[in-house]
Amino acid sequence: MNVRQGYFYTKEHEWAKIEGKIAKVGITDYAQHKLGDLTYVELPQIGKVIKQGEVLNGLESVKAASDVYSPLSGKVIKVNNALENDPGLINKSPYDDGWIAEIEIQNEEETKNLMSADEYLNLLGQSK
Amino acid sequence: MKTIFENSIKGRKGVISGEVNNDLIKKIDEKFLRKEELSLPEVSELDVIRHYINLSKLNFSVDTEFYPLGSCTMKYNPKVCEKLASREEFLNLHPFLSYIDEDSVQGVLEIIYEISRLLCEITGMKKITTQPYAGAHGELTGVLLMAAYHKAKGNNKKYIIIPDSAHGTNPASAAMGGYSIISIPVDKDGNMDVNILKEKINEEVAGIMMTVPSTLGLFEKNIKEIIELAHKYDALMYYDGANLNAILGKLKPGEIGFDIIHINLHKTFSTPHGGGGPGSGVVGVSGKIMDFLPVPEVIKENEKFKLNFNIKNSIGSVASFYGNFQVLLKAFIYIILLGKKGLIKVSEVAVLNANYILAKIKSYYDVPYNRICMHEFVLSARKQLKNGVHAIDIAKYLIDNKIHPPTVYFPLVVEEAIMIEPTETESKQTLDEFIDIMIKIAEISEKEPEKIKQAPLKTPILRVDEAKAARELKLKCDI
Amino acid sequence: MSGFIPHTEEEIIQMLNVIGVNKIEDLFLDIPENLKTKNFNIPDGLDEIELEKKVKNLAKKNRSDIINFAGGGYYDHFIPAAVDVISSRSEFYTAYTPYQPEASQGTLQAIFEYQTMITGLTGLDYSNASLYDGGTALYEAIAITVRTNNRSKVIIDKGVNPLFRKIVKTYSINLPLKIIEVDLKDVYTDREKIKELLDDETAALVVQNPNFFGIVEDFEDLFIFAKQKNISAILVFYPVSLGILKTPGEMKADIAVAEGQSLGLPLCFGGPYLGIIAVDKKYLRKMPGRIVGETIDKEGRKAYVLTLQAREQHIRREKATSNICSNQALCALRAVVFLSLYGKNGFRELALKNFENAEYLKEKFSDIKNLKIKQGQTFNEFTIEIKEDAFNIVKELIRKGFFGGLPAGLFFEDKKNYLIISVTEKRTKDEIDTFYKILKEILKG
Repeated sequence: MNVRQGYFYTKEHEWAKIEGKIAKVGITDYAQHKLGDLTYVELPQIGKVIKQGEVLNGLESVKAASDVYSPLSGKVIKVNNALENDPGLINKSPYDDGWIAEIEIQNEEETKNLMSADEYLNLLGQSK
Repeated sequence: MKTIFENSIKGRKGVISGEVNNDLIKKIDEKFLRKEELSLPEVSELDVIRHYINLSKLNFSVDTEFYPLGSCTMKYNPKVCEKLASREEFLNLHPFLSYIDEDSVQGVLEIIYEISRLLCEITGMKKITTQPYAGAHGELTGVLLMAAYHKAKGNNKKYIIIPDSAHGTNPASAAMGGYSIISIPVDKDGNMDVNILKEKINEEVAGIMMTVPSTLGLFEKNIKEIIELAHKYDALMYYDGANLNAILGKLKPGEIGFDIIHINLHKTFSTPHGGGGPGSGVVGVSGKIMDFLPVPEVIKENEKFKLNFNIKNSIGSVASFYGNFQVLLKAFIYIILLGKKGLIKVSEVAVLNANYILAKIKSYYDVPYNRICMHEFVLSARKQLKNGVHAIDIAKYLIDNKIHPPTVYFPLVVEEAIMIEPTETESKQTLDEFIDIMIKIAEISEKEPEKIKQAPLKTPILRVDEAKAARELKLKCDI
Repeated sequence: MSGFIPHTEEEIIQMLNVIGVNKIEDLFLDIPENLKTKNFNIPDGLDEIELEKKVKNLAKKNRSDIINFAGGGYYDHFIPAAVDVISSRSEFYTAYTPYQPEASQGTLQAIFEYQTMITGLTGLDYSNASLYDGGTALYEAIAITVRTNNRSKVIIDKGVNPLFRKIVKTYSINLPLKIIEVDLKDVYTDREKIKELLDDETAALVVQNPNFFGIVEDFEDLFIFAKQKNISAILVFYPVSLGILKTPGEMKADIAVAEGQSLGLPLCFGGPYLGIIAVDKKYLRKMPGRIVGETIDKEGRKAYVLTLQAREQHIRREKATSNICSNQALCALRAVVFLSLYGKNGFRELALKNFENAEYLKEKFSDIKNLKIKQGQTFNEFTIEIKEDAFNIVKELIRKGFFGGLPAGLFFEDKKNYLIISVTEKRTKDEIDTFYKILKEILKG
């Protein structure tokens, strides 16, 4: 399973890529693989204020439905509209084209609650 | 196949209708009239007959194939039940007639009264409502009854406990009825984990919903303990009767302390499933729930059958009238046809058939809970998965062999689950053929797994692109 | 062994040997002895000859010869023979829900065509494989709106079938949902009152056309008014009337629901019937029940499959859009055959014929002086006001062989003198004339 170095991870299999005050978030390669072919992405509302660990949005695949939990607290400032017409982007490119939203980070301290790539790899090893 | 719309020819019609005065439309103000053209096909009666008969040929069904679909009890439906339930005297009856003149509908009221009594005797319950249209509808009715019971007692209850092996309808029904769910896992023998139950149960639990035998096809060994524990907290015991076919004449849920039960008449009592319904999910209750049942109920007074609209704390109505009456009628005919001995035999042979298949194929597949099963059992395709063969592949290979697949990927607690329910109406010869094919599948999975994975090949269509269906969403014909 | 169990005694012994037990009772050892029942007081079985006699006797204890002028949401329409022929095909009626597309293209395509016809009939975007009945369909429609806009108040006009309203109230007994029913002005919708009640907490407005008293209205302006406040508009419709009447889509309804019994299902003492739902595209993902979609198979051929399953209980469990699983698929099949047979022109003529027959009876009634017809546009059902309690009059009519209408007093305390009469295409001129004469005699008019 592909894990991207330099990103932060949650144990619910979301990632966050932090650049300054902005975090780009999505789901991991492991998560997309578990869900199978994504068929629908319910995008979050721009402007939505969210706490770490709260439900950011919902995903549907052929045989499953799943919630995406926000890796960090903050405000949703951008969403990936391309997913509306092509939810399969998450399957094809979970860490790049398949990003879900950008969040303006409220509290940088919260990254302490997230895992590094190596820690996440470790978790996958355990949960396998 | 072409759609019925593609057979449409302008000006064609499939009914003979009398003269219609087209000028009459002028009597209606424009603003009340439809402007948009009616997009219905224009076809002859023969067009319609040929189209739908040809469509029917693309289906598997109990009357044409063995259909061991676990948890669905796809037994043979005796034709005499169909025939007698289709008599004009039943079909032509307006249900509102009963609201005005009970004398005109004594026969049908008697049928509702009698099937209720018979089902009370079979389940050990005190009273029945025939209103619920399907199993899940029965569950919701049961949950509403729980809510009414607790409300009347002034109890403050928020949760319903459901084992994680339950059908998805249980948690969905509980949520629809206004409750949150507490899930309890199964232990290593496939029973509800009583230790975890003891930790989780509390004063705010309204009830426990259980499927007996469980969806693993196993009898819940700790049932008595669970019931006593529930009642200590004034939580009601709900019996999901989807698997009642295993225990007729052996066990009465009402006798051992269950408070509410729903019965899928389209499973145990042989009313056909119609490609997805109509079913019937009648609900039975113990004495303490009786005062909350939906109205009207059918009662007998001085040898006459009547409607009673006055049940003290009734929840109201969950159906327009008496439920799917014709389905009740078919089940009633089935029960009086089989009688006491026949019904007992149903469960005995259903359990015999399931155990026979299990005994013959268990060395070829992974059996997560190796016990005597009830009327169905669950295998896992874990062994076959080592060669890349999934449960779904086995299902598709069975289709090529003219057998409807078992239920796959349910219950969720078993990886690569294959749930087999043969029912009592299948002969030893049919079971032997099925066993041979299942063994053959296990063998081919070892040597040539690709052969299984590419199935089906003999069907009108091959495997479908489900992702495309859900992404591109084409939900109606081109017209 | 008995009829439907094919095993011989010898086979049973062979099978027990394979399992490794001595007798059938050994298969039930998991059930503790003290829990097993000692009583099973079910009568002995019957043979088919005795069975036929018994059921025939029960059948005869019903007055099925009565000529129907009663509707109330459930109508005595003609059913072409071909409908029965198709729905009694074993391949349709003894199949289960079409989980395996390769083995159930027949059911899947029929449902797909049904979905298409319902959207065509209603002028809305999408439909599903059916719900249980009209009343439960109305609840599901309300649930969609509540889930969508997170509001908790629902305004229902009392012109909506009282049986449907009762179901909605029952479903909500343990939910934080406020159902407000709005009184009629006599038999007409009180639009002003409704407008006053529509506020920012209101999730949905529900009205019915034609209403329970047969009055036909155009609710377009009311729906536009509601939608300006982000309130969803739900219309309860009568399928046959849409052969000529303005569609829910044309009225700008968001969701339309109906009792589908009139589309090829016998009255059959209350069921099985058919819950119809159609929705605007914005509610598609919130719509409950099975939905069939078109796709392709591995070789690119057209194929049908259950889709959007991630909304359903078997995947989403307590978060599902509804708990519905089994529905009324065979009834939907009857409806699609019925609609195909009548087709574009036949269905319009069917609606017109109903209208014509009702108008004919109205005209006849105009010379009965103790009877007043409620004014307003109607379709095949209308309300009359008489001097006596309508309940007693209907009882007398039943004795004379006519189910002469539905006494409104059954559901409306203040309308005991109102009788709701329906005249379908099945009523001959002769039957209508006779009914008129008998009622005139009874009313001494």
